[in-house]
Amino acid sequence: MTNACILKVERLTKNYRTASGPLTVLREVSFDLVAGASLAIVGPSGSGKTTLLGLCAGLDRASGGTVSLAGSELGALDEDGRALVRNKHVGFVFQNFQLIPTLTALENVLVPLELRGEGGAKVEAEATALLGRVGLGARCDHYPVQLSGGEQQRVALARAFMNRPKILFCDEPTGNLDGDTAAAMVELIFGLNREKGTTLVLVTHDLELAKKCGRILRLRSGAVVSDETLAAS
Amino acid sequence: MSFILKMAWRDSRASRRRLLLYSLSVVLGIAALVAIGSFTVNLKQAIDDQAKGLLGADLVVTSRVAFSDSVLAYTAGLGGERSRTREFSSMLVFTTANDATRLVQVRAVEANFPFYGKFETAPASAAAELQAGRPVVVLEETLLTQFGVKVGDLVKLGQATFTIAGAIMKVPGESAAIATFAPRAYVPLGLLTTTGLTNRESITQHRVLIKLPEAQDAEVVERMMKSKFVGERLSFSTVAERKRNLGAALTNIEGFLNLVGFVALFLGAIGVASAIHVYVRQKIATVAVLRCLGASAAQSFSVYVVQGIALGMFGAVLGAALGIILQLLLPVVLQGVLPIDVNFFISWPAVGRGLGAGLVICFLFTLLPLLAVRRVSPLVALRSAFIERTGSATDPWRIILGVLILAAVTGFAYWQTRSWRIGLGFTGTLIAGFGVLAGLAQVVAWAARRFVLRSLPYVVRQGIANLHRPNNRTVLLLLSLGLGMFLILTLYLTRTTLLNQVDLAGEGSRPNLLFFDIQDDQIEPFKKIAAEQNTPVIQSAPIVTMKISAIKGRPVDELMREREAPRSTAVGPENSVEKNDERRPAVGSRRGPKARGGPLLSGGMLGREYRSTYRSKISGTERVVAGKFDGQVPPGAAVVPISVEESFLKNLQLELGDEIEWDVQGVPVRTKVTSVRAVEWRRLDSNFFVVFPEGAIEAAPKTFVAALRAASPAVSAKTQRALVAAFPNISAIDLALILQALDSIFSKVAFVIQFMALFTVFTGVIVLVGAVLNGRYQRIRETVLLRTLGATRRQLVQIQLVEYSILGVLAAVVGGGLSVAGNALLAHFVFKISPVAPPMLILGAVAVAAAITVLTGLVTGRGVTDYPPLEILRQET
Repeated sequence: MTNACILKVERLTKNYRTASGPLTVLREVSFDLVAGASLAIVGPSGSGKTTLLGLCAGLDRASGGTVSLAGSELGALDEDGRALVRNKHVGFVFQNFQLIPTLTALENVLVPLELRGEGGAKVEAEATALLGRVGLGARCDHYPVQLSGGEQQRVALARAFMNRPKILFCDEPTGNLDGDTAAAMVELIFGLNREKGTTLVLVTHDLELAKKCGRILRLRSGAVVSDETLAAS
Repeated sequence: MSFILKMAWRDSRASRRRLLLYSLSVVLGIAALVAIGSFTVNLKQAIDDQAKGLLGADLVVTSRVAFSDSVLAYTAGLGGERSRTREFSSMLVFTTANDATRLVQVRAVEANFPFYGKFETAPASAAAELQAGRPVVVLEETLLTQFGVKVGDLVKLGQATFTIAGAIMKVPGESAAIATFAPRAYVPLGLLTTTGLTNRESITQHRVLIKLPEAQDAEVVERMMKSKFVGERLSFSTVAERKRNLGAALTNIEGFLNLVGFVALFLGAIGVASAIHVYVRQKIATVAVLRCLGASAAQSFSVYVVQGIALGMFGAVLGAALGIILQLLLPVVLQGVLPIDVNFFISWPAVGRGLGAGLVICFLFTLLPLLAVRRVSPLVALRSAFIERTGSATDPWRIILGVLILAAVTGFAYWQTRSWRIGLGFTGTLIAGFGVLAGLAQVVAWAARRFVLRSLPYVVRQGIANLHRPNNRTVLLLLSLGLGMFLILTLYLTRTTLLNQVDLAGEGSRPNLLFFDIQDDQIEPFKKIAAEQNTPVIQSAPIVTMKISAIKGRPVDELMREREAPRSTAVGPENSVEKNDERRPAVGSRRGPKARGGPLLSGGMLGREYRSTYRSKISGTERVVAGKFDGQVPPGAAVVPISVEESFLKNLQLELGDEIEWDVQGVPVRTKVTSVRAVEWRRLDSNFFVVFPEGAIEAAPKTFVAALRAASPAVSAKTQRALVAAFPNISAIDLALILQALDSIFSKVAFVIQFMALFTVFTGVIVLVGAVLNGRYQRIRETVLLRTLGATRRQLVQIQLVEYSILGVLAAVVGGGLSVAGNALLAHFVFKISPVAPPMLILGAVAVAAAITVLTGLVTGRGVTDYPPLEILRQET
């Protein structure tokens, strides 16, 4: 794995207009992340964690500062340009799973590659293998509503790795899961991350989970209060 | 592309039934357009196929007076064949029905009538007997039923007795509607003299039907005769002209019916847009995930556009199929107003046009809510609060789409009517109607939020709250139900208003029986017999027939010749017949028509025969609006002051003080317009265009018209019998029969309009069902939560009942209110009468509409309370 910088954030600021005036949720956040590294963003509710994740993944435009993801300056791209970057380089795992309810588990996993125009038996076999890897090989044709929370999150994880992402963004991936299921999920995330050599950015309240990452970025009121590099986990 | 199609297909899985239901909203509108379009093509084809049968001859020449020898000689010299007819109104006495009488249109025909088409009778032999010149009469079928007479019974016409040979089934070129006011009675022309009615020249129409040799062109002959016999005041009909007139009438009817059908399509499209709006809101999370996974705005938008197009296509194809089936029904709906037999065939171009119009409208309306998909932020996947930021009123595409929809609606209306004025008027009215309903809906929603009493029971408050909460159905339901209610009730109220006017005309001491053709020497004995029958003559008026011979010093023949001149020299069929008024000469100028500009005179107004009266004062049905009424004139006055009716003054472009010279049965009479009257024509009374003062034309040959009031229908029938028996030449108009005829005409027209309005009503019901089902999907979660918290099924049903009752009653009240306003506007501006809006009729309609709403709501919404809470709660985890 090279030590090239996959994510570079400089003086990132995000303001929202509200009825009572502008609200700053992120102020001048800066950090960078080398490929293959893992970063946990922690902080209390309202500290700007999810906003930072969204901006890093190109889900929104910053009010100030820059985000460079896999060599692309996100601020210079329009929404479709950022979508292309996401499709090529990014995987997501959400707290509330965000599976498309009308698609089966297999179809959900296939979406990222089908968006690129890739499909066919080979891709389907790859998706089936990924579902097998997360322990759902027998549930390919099930719809989200037919799966438990833990199973849905595993489908989401398989989908996140389907496009062979350079970087995986996880937003409270165990927030909606019970202890045992959460632990299994964490194993899967970090296991796949190692297997695929993916960079990991994780937003969590769970300090135990955060400590599994190589680095912890603490936010408070939209600003970085500490940036701690941990010993190899 | 393959991803878009694949995703559209997969994503629709759970919603296909709902999407199909949404598409049903446009089915009826498209069905109406297809059925009307295809049927019109059938009709046009039928007109082409049966062209000659439309007239029964190549050329028909008509005159109000007996043809001159020169005209008859000319027609004889044309070669081919001729058949003469005479038509006038008279009383028919049913001797086997207690001497009951009825005013009929007598048609005396020769053996070879008609040349083209078939005179169909029941039994079929009746036509042959008539053509053979036997003493038989062929009567309108309704007369046989009405008077309980049958074939072989005797009737009396004037002084002659005829045997009923059969009933009229079909006469080439005539629709059954022609007999609405007075039924037809066909007798042999050769026996007309035996009736003693042949001296009624003033009210007889003489016709010559001509079958021309192959080489002769009817329109060329018409032009030749028009220029040769200017003074004869002949009128002409040709097959080509009849075809053109029918075609133009057909285009008007098609345009009108299509516009009514289009209202249903428009309403359905609004239903689709509203349903898609809800659908899109439910899909925002999916779109956000797609965006997170790298789908572009165009890709995710396209997924739902494909679904929208598929939905529209399904609705359009289903609508077209239903339209073809409906096409089979239209001949039944339009029965009695069609002059020809129509063969059914499917016109695929017409089907394509209806389908295309439906698809375009449906597509535009589907796109409107789908635009929001383009603006769904991927951030929604992280935080659902971002959903509220997806819609934006400032999206320029919304404005562009709005303009496109307006253009499409206006374009459609123009396409149907070929008039920008009507096209824009239709769009404006539609927008205004929808605007009023939508605005009122907003007011209702606001009021529901603002004025709910806390002391009301929980279920009532909850039901009322449903009117203003997010995703409420208030606007949609008020629009669909209100519009349907508005259309149907306006129709009923207009009908009631019109019929009420005629009813009013006969109330109190006003006349309800009018006799005419009473000869000069019959008027006194007539009054005596009428008094004996306890129906004294309320008023009588002399009638003197006359023609205009000069206006402001210019002989009428000169004006007529000038009018014909440009056409005689014109080349080509387009110039060969009268298309508009542009070639009519203006009075008071000797310059050519082109040099003059401005409106020109009608040849009909110049050449027609006027039945005028003389009296010393104005009658109760008229008032002087300009000048001074002169009631008397010294004998031998050089210029007689006359009073004219206001439309007469306007149509002949006259002013007070202008001179008119009359030909009063050979005697020239110079007159001067000294007063103008406004006349209430709808009153059954003796009303006239021109009134002379006493002392001017008393010496002229005249007949009388007498107005009577019969206390009851029985007295009316008895009086008619007695008077017709004494004076076989006189005719009577019974107000009751006019009412009946008006009702019959209105019923026929109303049936057609109601049939079309039903498309709107049923579309409204479909939109209602769609809206309720949408609400059902939206509110299942809330209902489940209420159940989880302990609400009973009864309470949940009560909440629905309150909501639908309020919506139903409001929609009905708003629609009812609009229809009362619509009826008032129609009465004031179109019919110029007072509107009538019976409260019981309106209350009944409101109750029915509200009941339909509540019933549909409850039936469609049933099962919501049975939904297992666990299933929803599980989806939440």
